[in-house]
Amino acid sequence: MDMAEHILLRHRDIPELDRVDIYRRDGGFEAWKKVVTRMDPDDVTNEVKASGLRGRGGAGFPTGLKWSFIDGQNWPHYVVANADESEPGTFKDREIMESNPFQFLEGLAICGYAVKAEDAYIYLRGEFWQIAHKLDQYIADMESAGFLGDKLFGTNTRLHLHTHLGAGAYICGEETALLESIEGKLGQPRLRPPFPPAYGLYGKPTIVNNVETLTNLPVIIARGAAWYKSIGTEKSPGPKIFSLSGCVNRPGNYELPLGTTFRELIFDHGRGLPEGRKIKAIMPAGASSSMIIANEEALATPMDYESVPKVGAQLGSASVIVIDDSVSIPWLLNKTVHFFTHESCGKCTPCREGTYWMMHLTDRICQGEATMDDVALLQDVANQIKGKCLCALGEFSIEAVLTGIERFPEDFASATEKSDS
Amino acid sequence: MKALNQKHADEIQAILAKYPATDAGKRSAVMPLLYLAQQEYGYITRQAIREIAELSGITETEVASIIGFYTLYVDQPSGKYRIQVCTDLPCALHGAEEFVEKLCENLGIRVGEMTPDGLIKVEAVMCLAGCDKAPLFQVQSSEGLEYYENQTVESALELINKLRQG
Repeated sequence: MDMAEHILLRHRDIPELDRVDIYRRDGGFEAWKKVVTRMDPDDVTNEVKASGLRGRGGAGFPTGLKWSFIDGQNWPHYVVANADESEPGTFKDREIMESNPFQFLEGLAICGYAVKAEDAYIYLRGEFWQIAHKLDQYIADMESAGFLGDKLFGTNTRLHLHTHLGAGAYICGEETALLESIEGKLGQPRLRPPFPPAYGLYGKPTIVNNVETLTNLPVIIARGAAWYKSIGTEKSPGPKIFSLSGCVNRPGNYELPLGTTFRELIFDHGRGLPEGRKIKAIMPAGASSSMIIANEEALATPMDYESVPKVGAQLGSASVIVIDDSVSIPWLLNKTVHFFTHESCGKCTPCREGTYWMMHLTDRICQGEATMDDVALLQDVANQIKGKCLCALGEFSIEAVLTGIERFPEDFASATEKSDS
Repeated sequence: MKALNQKHADEIQAILAKYPATDAGKRSAVMPLLYLAQQEYGYITRQAIREIAELSGITETEVASIIGFYTLYVDQPSGKYRIQVCTDLPCALHGAEEFVEKLCENLGIRVGEMTPDGLIKVEAVMCLAGCDKAPLFQVQSSEGLEYYENQTVESALELINKLRQG
């Protein structure tokens, strides 16, 4: 099920697509011009609704529906592109912004028009310092070409784009923490509701969309919702960038229709595992992911928002980490738990304290000093975190822990053997 | 003394202009201003904290809390070049942990330490969104932040030699 052409990673087909003249020659900004000069903002939202596009940041929420929640009684409106890409295993937005930046910026502009925002912010993780500086230049290029600014295409539409750099905090990928961070505060999530479409940046109605989500918009407008729906599955339409990493021969980004199987991604595109190694587990959504036992059923599962839960995980941001038979699951959990402990923002107790205790327990298991009682205690701590956190970070920190213990018990039996005997 | 404002008046105005002309908008300038100070001095000085607090309309304590919360800000001298190696799960599966250990061994330091000449600090850090190009690291310095991908201990040592020669 190969894509005949790249839709999101178009720079792989067209060299130098990061030049504004090359992007224009290829039909760039036509969709932007079309919405500003010939479409009502609500028509844009309806077209995106009809396309079935779902948010690519991880939650898979229908994009057009999210836009329709924006509060029309409170002004101004803001749009924010979430370019905080920090999930271990995810590196797709970076490639888009580095190599196909104008399609992303055009998508952001289209979103701004649809929800009647006049200012849009791009929140990039601090490590994307170089990308932010390039984007500033690309935004300036668009301004000089008349695609951004005031009186766009001779209408009264105005739109200004701004970059804002984070400074090293995974939590800022959570949309309300991200908004707090733009406001110059600690990146800590807000209590919701109200959600950003009602109460967002500076307390104003705000739409936050992921970079990849926004990059879909120019093609949906240019080619129409019906065409877009012909790619992917009925409930998960469109192309998706799968970030493949871990124990595979050819890690990288692969743009494929939603609904492509794990087997095709890992064995055809990723060229399988190094010789002599066998696939043991798959984490389909980065470090936040449940661990799937990589059996025949799992490998045959289509990667879309409906099918992945049937094998006990979520598609999330589709950052597929492959684990081979040489990897010890307790070691792996220790890695992910260290990550979440480091990145917990400290605002809510279950996450702040829970990740800390999980870290000590997984340390003990990895050092060979634990008994099966410690494994049971780890499970107990994880279950106490479950459902009690202010945001998804805390909830995600236990996915691999609980499924790892449940689905790979033999790894824990051998890790605790010495102390149990 | 308004050291930052004297040297970078235009840049500071450009930063403030990105955000609404309100008190809340002014506060948004705090993170970009911290980057500006860090680039200017190598780390964020007490004097810079005072000045940034005034520019963004918040207290010095609030500015200091932001420096503490976000890992890319430093408030003390910490090596001219900070080499930050990602050792998170996908990179660890590609040998990043052995890479950083060996690199440090060659430099005669432990992970997280600075070389005796005060030029190079090697740290193990969280995901850098380059999981398909491990081992990789970023070099943070007053000139900004640069990525180095698909590295070997040899290529990293070669780079460090170049950095040392300035």
